Amino acid sequence: MAGPVSRNSELGRQRVRAAWGFLTPMLLVLALAAGWPLARTIWFSFTDARLSGLDEASWVGVLNYVEYLDYGDGEGEYFGLLADPSWWAAVWNTLRFALISVTLETLFGLIIALVLNASFPGRGLVRAAVLVPWAIPTIVSAKMWAWMMHDQFGILNDMGLALGLIDAPIAWTASPDTAMIAVIIVDVWKTTPFMALLILAGLQLVPSDIYEAARIDGVHPVKVFFRITLPLIRPAIMVAVIFRALDALRVFDLVYVLTPNNDRTRTMSVFAQENLFQFDKFAYGSAASTLLFVVIALMVILTITLGRMDLEGRRS
Amino acid sequence: MGEMKGLTRLTAASLLAGVALGATIAGAAELSVVSGAVGNDLAEMRQQLDRFAAESGHTVDLVSMPASTTDQFGQYRLWLSAQNRDIDVYRTDVIWAPQLAEHFVDLTPHVGDVIGGHFPAIVESQTVDGKLVAMPMYTDAPALYYRTDLLEKHGKEPPKTWEEMAATAKEIMDKERAEGNAQLWGFVFQGAAYEGLTCNGLEWITSFGGGQIVEPDGTISVNNPQSVKALDTVRGWIGTIAPPGVLAYQEEDARGVWQTGNAVFMRNWPYAYALGNSDDSAVKGKFDATTLPIGEGGDRSAATLGGWNLAVSKYSPNQEAAIELVKFLAGEEAQKFRALTNSRLPTIQALYDDPEIVEQQPLIPRWKEVFLNAVPRPSAPTKADYNEVSSEFWTAVHNTLSGSGEAESNLRRLEARLKRLQGSGW
Repeated sequence: MAGPVSRNSELGRQRVRAAWGFLTPMLLVLALAAGWPLARTIWFSFTDARLSGLDEASWVGVLNYVEYLDYGDGEGEYFGLLADPSWWAAVWNTLRFALISVTLETLFGLIIALVLNASFPGRGLVRAAVLVPWAIPTIVSAKMWAWMMHDQFGILNDMGLALGLIDAPIAWTASPDTAMIAVIIVDVWKTTPFMALLILAGLQLVPSDIYEAARIDGVHPVKVFFRITLPLIRPAIMVAVIFRALDALRVFDLVYVLTPNNDRTRTMSVFAQENLFQFDKFAYGSAASTLLFVVIALMVILTITLGRMDLEGRRS
Repeated sequence: MGEMKGLTRLTAASLLAGVALGATIAGAAELSVVSGAVGNDLAEMRQQLDRFAAESGHTVDLVSMPASTTDQFGQYRLWLSAQNRDIDVYRTDVIWAPQLAEHFVDLTPHVGDVIGGHFPAIVESQTVDGKLVAMPMYTDAPALYYRTDLLEKHGKEPPKTWEEMAATAKEIMDKERAEGNAQLWGFVFQGAAYEGLTCNGLEWITSFGGGQIVEPDGTISVNNPQSVKALDTVRGWIGTIAPPGVLAYQEEDARGVWQTGNAVFMRNWPYAYALGNSDDSAVKGKFDATTLPIGEGGDRSAATLGGWNLAVSKYSPNQEAAIELVKFLAGEEAQKFRALTNSRLPTIQALYDDPEIVEQQPLIPRWKEVFLNAVPRPSAPTKADYNEVSSEFWTAVHNTLSGSGEAESNLRRLEARLKRLQGSGW
């Protein structure tokens, strides 16, 4: 048993040194793989860099973010990312997508996890089967759904028509009203299993004697769920939600394949990619990437604070 | 025989040494060519590459990309800016030359003997500041495909104007649907928000006499009453003669509806001609193609100039072999094969009189005049900004067609945005 050792003792110093020795490789890799690209992107966002001449980039200050063009007659106009309506449309699209999809995924994930937590014959098989959508690469599932949602050959419209749910085929990915819904449907289908799995892991940690005690006391099952299960699996749900929210906020592949170049579904990542590689505006795209980073960081901090997450692992 | 023996010895030696064969035998390189594709493009390309490999001793890897030119461009620009050495030859769109010129080898000194046989206008489109950026492989100009059987049945002539087209489409569609052909639509085209919509949009506007978005001298002309009229007309087609989903269609989606026999008219490139006449096609022998219609107030039919070319990467370690490959694929024999199997329009003038092509692909000789008068997209005047111009344009068109905003205000906005993009000059 390792008891508390003073940091100033020989043993304590030795332990600290050993810890640093173990940590250094990881910190180095992190700095190289995450820190350096991030720093470079932030740097480029303050320059006039172009993709074909990154070395010739020169400092322009905050012009990519905000620039006031004075017309000289007392009037003027704001330019730059912060004044760009298409950027804010992309931010709004992303937030809307993240909020709706993560909420639905958490809800469905919870239900599936509760079902899978019950014991029934063939449970192992069902648990594996549920994971299939998660195992399919996003590009493949996006393409697959694009065909299923096709207005002429799509199976969704065919089934809808046959069942009398709709009277004309819906052009899921083409219509501005349904494009975002289409993206959310595919995302929910794909990532609900991930949520279910994480929540299931949390459920299995709940000791069964608590349930037994509740049953003996005659507590209603609904009350058991809200008073016992939910509070106990909340940390697991919070971790899952944060993972998913991070993922959802930087969604790119699904939108890029399913509804490319569509104003109604363009997310922050798609906006950044467009400017970085399609258009000749690498610096502007870097500014978008930087803001994307800031937005995600803010959202995570917000979630952690509001969810009163305990990242230190202390138990009160 | 002596050479054979030497080769065997060499092979044994290199196997022993564990050295790749390609490095030892002079000239045998491993090349990679990257290409997007619609229809049969890749299969046709693979056949040609195999023949090249057999003739030259080089091996060629074909890297395939998505069909959308917009997707391809983003990836290529990234690879080229990173000075990627893995790809030797790029298949490039006609509009890319000014934007990617700096990354490609000047082909002028290598093709002096054959370049004179190609149409000068096409060669010109691939020349940037005197440098031949890419070698033309085939050219493209869209057609209006129509169902001869349906037009005959209902006593209609191929339309000359968009108005006639819409009226014919509506009438045939309504009558056929009444007879139980419920899946039939009047007209399909490329309405997804991507480069293809820029092509379609340019054709509507130009054929209505509304100019070419940005004129060759750099003037932004897109906001005018004729453009508004053109877009309003097209908007009237969505959901009436064109399926609502057309706003997500690219070339292959439109061809899918057409080739299963579910459209009276289609706007598409010549490749659909050969495929439409293939054995598994529901419209085999039941269709023909004509020039795109004229708009009200316009004086000419407008077809967007398309076409694909082959460029050699400056960062390729096998430039010599790569140039050899480009010359092969753009050569007379390859272009003829492409015309016969895939109905792709040759860029070599002499092939338009080739008896085999005239007999097997009658569309091609008829199309010479069409692409010679084709409208170029404004990639030359807008230079490095072209992609953004195109994206702004297709967004405005897509918004209008899908009912987000009126044509008039969308075009006014587009004009303002383009002016800002233009700044003090393209």
